[in-house]
Amino acid sequence: MDWKRFGFIAIIIVVLFGGVVAIGQVQQRPLLIVTSMLATTIAVATPLTLGALSGVFCERAGVVNIGIEGMMLASAFFGWLAAVYMFHVFEYPTGVSITAGALFAVITGMLMALLHAVLSITFKVDQIIGGTVINILAVGLTGFLNRQMFFGKGSVFEGSIPNSPGVLRAIHIPITEILSPLCGANSPLCVENIAAINRVFDQKPIALSAILLVFISHYVLFNTRWGLRTRAVGEHPKAADTVGINVIKMRYANVLIGGALAGLAGAYFTIESVPSFEPLLTNGRGFISLAAMIFGNWTPIGAWAAALVFGASSALQINMQIFRAVIPPQLAFLQQSYIVGLVPYILTMIILTGIIGKTTPPAADGVPYDK
Amino acid sequence: MQSEKQTNSLSKFLSSLKQFIEWIDPILVPLLAILTSMIVGGIIIKSVGGDPILAYKGLLEGSFGSAELGPVKSQRAISETAVWATPYIFAGLAVALAFKGGLFNIGAEGQLALGAVFSSLIGYALPGWLGVDLPTIIHLPLAILGGLVMGGIWAGIVGALKAYTGGHEVINTIMMNYIALNSTSFLLNGVMKDPSPTNVIARTPLVAESARFAPIFEGLRVHWGFVLALFTAVFIWWLLNKTTLGFEVRTVGANPDAAHYAGVNVKRTIFLTMFISGALAGMAGAIEVTGLNYRHELGFSQGYGFDAIAIALLGKSHPIGVVLASILFAAMRNGATRMQFLTQMPVDLISMIQAFILLFVAADAIVRFIFRIKSKGERVVLTRGWGG
Repeated sequence: MDWKRFGFIAIIIVVLFGGVVAIGQVQQRPLLIVTSMLATTIAVATPLTLGALSGVFCERAGVVNIGIEGMMLASAFFGWLAAVYMFHVFEYPTGVSITAGALFAVITGMLMALLHAVLSITFKVDQIIGGTVINILAVGLTGFLNRQMFFGKGSVFEGSIPNSPGVLRAIHIPITEILSPLCGANSPLCVENIAAINRVFDQKPIALSAILLVFISHYVLFNTRWGLRTRAVGEHPKAADTVGINVIKMRYANVLIGGALAGLAGAYFTIESVPSFEPLLTNGRGFISLAAMIFGNWTPIGAWAAALVFGASSALQINMQIFRAVIPPQLAFLQQSYIVGLVPYILTMIILTGIIGKTTPPAADGVPYDK
Repeated sequence: MQSEKQTNSLSKFLSSLKQFIEWIDPILVPLLAILTSMIVGGIIIKSVGGDPILAYKGLLEGSFGSAELGPVKSQRAISETAVWATPYIFAGLAVALAFKGGLFNIGAEGQLALGAVFSSLIGYALPGWLGVDLPTIIHLPLAILGGLVMGGIWAGIVGALKAYTGGHEVINTIMMNYIALNSTSFLLNGVMKDPSPTNVIARTPLVAESARFAPIFEGLRVHWGFVLALFTAVFIWWLLNKTTLGFEVRTVGANPDAAHYAGVNVKRTIFLTMFISGALAGMAGAIEVTGLNYRHELGFSQGYGFDAIAIALLGKSHPIGVVLASILFAAMRNGATRMQFLTQMPVDLISMIQAFILLFVAADAIVRFIFRIKSKGERVVLTRGWGG
């Protein structure tokens, strides 16, 4: 990760945040705007971060994965379905149902990844086509089952979509409790500021684990024997094979890890963000994670930074809604999702041109291994 | 003597069988893939409590008619299958042509949508701009050309990025898809929205009568766009196999380095391949507007892009194969309604069977493994590294 790239990311985030602060400051204090945007950015970037990490593991081991989108979609559906089933049919308490849903999402992701691994590693199908198969299969499977399970003949839900047990709750990190005594007796502003900063850290479990996983992935890939072997089979499988590393096994394992991460990303949508499923709900975020992975030059921390840029552009659009009253008419387009929504896509295309620093994929990325 | 004669005729039979298998080999795997998917689909239908035989009977009746349905309904069924097949053929050809050039166009969806938007724009607005009523012979081709050029430009941008900066076309076509769909929403909810007071939907006004295809048969929806699609398939076959450009496209697809040393302008060819591919997808949209809907409506094109990939792979990127695969996919989509009527199986089942077809075609090794057919060792390779 070079400084040019991090600098570019920092500039874009500052511009996006600065724009909202400039417009919104007549209505709200800048600190509150920045903290609220930061909280949104981190939450929105969660599936992108996890998706990008999924890509990093697969591609570092030499398997191109454009099926992240499909893995996310399938996991979101099956995780949600499991939670609903546990709650309504087996009548487990809410907490158990949601946790089981998240677990099920991860397992679904791994099963989809297993299919991708079988196709691309064992059967040596072109990996982009294999990924496309995953994507199309996920759309068909979730669309069919979503209708069949709830409206089909003999459905236990008898033609209606039941309420989900709910979503994961945010974890409170007690920053306010620890720091507010330092403010002194009569400074409510200081306490308010600390509470605002605290809200940035009060994220939900999957969002928090995504950040943890970024650093864990970094450590695993660059500081452990496992990581060295993973990178070896992605860069030069023949050499790796010669020194006794089982290329096929390493690739399978890493694609499965990638699937688990994509599954967690899927759980974000239906277990953590909103308690419902609708067909095609991932809406291209799997592909954007792929772009984040490339922009991050196949490193976990870089991919996270790129995911935050994409998250910030969503946060801009969401926060602009709040300042509807004070936004100048010539900037009103910033509230429209089809205009600001374009930022990640256009940014991705600019990134791919290589203007902002060349990206180097693992040397054997996308190449099936023939002994 | 007798036994020798027998072994002789047996070996003759075996050799002719071998010849037959070799002759049928190119279409053997796709056929077996379809068969396998149908079996898997049947198992799924059975497992959710349906009747697979009845479901497939409904699928067949709904798409090609039957004596039971009577001549009127059968004619309509066949006509509707052709209606479905028309955009599939264009979009399938778009993806297939890109495959031949070693490029993967996942963006047919967006190119199709923008083609439809611009075709409608020319269809409803051009006479007003010019202040004259145009005759069909001028207006209709212009409307189609509008869609064609727009689709071409949309994919051409990706082609140029690939050729001159190395930005990978897979990600870029996906990104362009979302940009296209967002722009379409923007236009159809804004300046291009049908201004009639009763309209609440994001759709364009109807195109002028002069920008419409006539139906082939009175009372049926199948229009001359279907015939145009068949001609286009023949044209693309000719382009790929009988022209210098086609040769260059195929050479770059097979081996860009070799093409470069043979003096082919690789960058120009990559751009042109994407442009023509996008133009075909744009045409799919234009034909839907001028032949069928007479307007573009938001969300009508959902899924054509991915279906087109499956069609191109199933048709082995051969124009005739694409036509056959399109008709198969169209028949499934069209027959699904009757299937749902007979068995209460949701229409989405078809998407799943199609996903399986794609799976088995893409991973022909699986089909070859199941049916014990030897491979000739050809392998599609599209992945040539991401990024710069």
